[in-house]
Amino acid sequence: MSALAELMLRSVFLDNLALSFFLGMCTFLAVSKRVDTALGVGLAVMFVQTVTVPVNNLIFTWLLAPGALGWAGLGDIDLSFLKLITFIGVIAAMVQVLEMTLEFHVPRLHRAMGIFLPLITVNCAILGGSLFMVERSYGFGESLVFGFGSGFGWALAIVMFAAIRERLKYADIPDGLQGLGMNFIVAGIMSLGFLAFAGMA
Amino acid sequence: MTGNNYWKILTRPLVDENPLTLQILGICSALAVTTALDTALLMSVVVVCVLALGNGSVSLIRRQLPHSVRIIVQITIIASLVIVVDQILQAYAFEMSKRLSVFVGLVITNCIVLGRAEGFAMHNGFCASVLDGIGNGLGYSLVLVIVGAIREFFGKGSLLNLQILVPVSDGGAFEPLHLMLLPPSAFFIIGGLIWYIRRKRPQQAEKPEFTLRPHEQGTE
Repeated sequence: MSALAELMLRSVFLDNLALSFFLGMCTFLAVSKRVDTALGVGLAVMFVQTVTVPVNNLIFTWLLAPGALGWAGLGDIDLSFLKLITFIGVIAAMVQVLEMTLEFHVPRLHRAMGIFLPLITVNCAILGGSLFMVERSYGFGESLVFGFGSGFGWALAIVMFAAIRERLKYADIPDGLQGLGMNFIVAGIMSLGFLAFAGMA
Repeated sequence: MTGNNYWKILTRPLVDENPLTLQILGICSALAVTTALDTALLMSVVVVCVLALGNGSVSLIRRQLPHSVRIIVQITIIASLVIVVDQILQAYAFEMSKRLSVFVGLVITNCIVLGRAEGFAMHNGFCASVLDGIGNGLGYSLVLVIVGAIREFFGKGSLLNLQILVPVSDGGAFEPLHLMLLPPSAFFIIGGLIWYIRRKRPQQAEKPEFTLRPHEQGTE
């Protein structure tokens, strides 16, 4: 149990997808102008990440990994090269299903997430999460925890970043640094802060 | 289209419309693979290939492609190209592909590739699209190589694994800056690079949302 808790802390803070692996940076920089939109996209990423990592884990262990087709009598087939295209398909399908479910059952949440939901298909944090799951060979339980933890960490990072940017609007910044340049530097300082959690682990 | 136009398509994304510093596309991988110059170079090659081929193939089928399914078709084309590149790397450069880890796979969701396929290749001919792919790939590579070189040089005192400055631990005078090998430095270097480019090209600078009211004297 403590191993899972440690993995959870690790994936939220130390191995934060946005700030130490730079995943989902495009969305991170593009939709962090206001805290409420940032919160919406953060929640959407957390949601999709928590669902897709375990699902991809099941697909990889039972269909794609070397020797995984043993149950069908095809033990010597290695389909792991198909993982990229399968994962992206699963993610696109999951996002679609999620969108329809939310629209039907929780229309308010659906409206709040709005356009961000379909955009998540091309968010590299999601695909990155699944690929890290394969690279570090997580089991099903671990991938559940990792999916939730990394999604939560990403959401935390983007909400904090948006809060800083809201204040930064009123700052007097040199001309060329205005906007994108300053955002990078703020993200760098935040990333420095998250590195400090390395001492905790 | 004349040769001059083709030349423009190829060179414009280098500085004037650089995908990283102006269009905000494909930042994730740019930051992650730049701890050393050789990974940055390899990643650049991968992205240039995928961009050029992806743009070309999307442009070839753009008239047959129904509007409603275009994104999924584009993603499938890109994913297939990336799988091919990934397999080639694993076969011929296994060590490097281990160091790039998941980032080769992440080229699929690199917004540069999809962004250029959707934004350029869907409306332009084959040759122009391939050139646009190469141009954007080179613009991306330029930033990657600069950042990679800075990080490797100051972080380890070497370039392409060739020791240039002798570190203190081997009796030299150079103290390696470990911060350069950590994630935050990538943010700082790209931020600084954007600042420099926008100083040189003021038309790229963003307008502030609020400006300080000039200090007026004698009104109080």
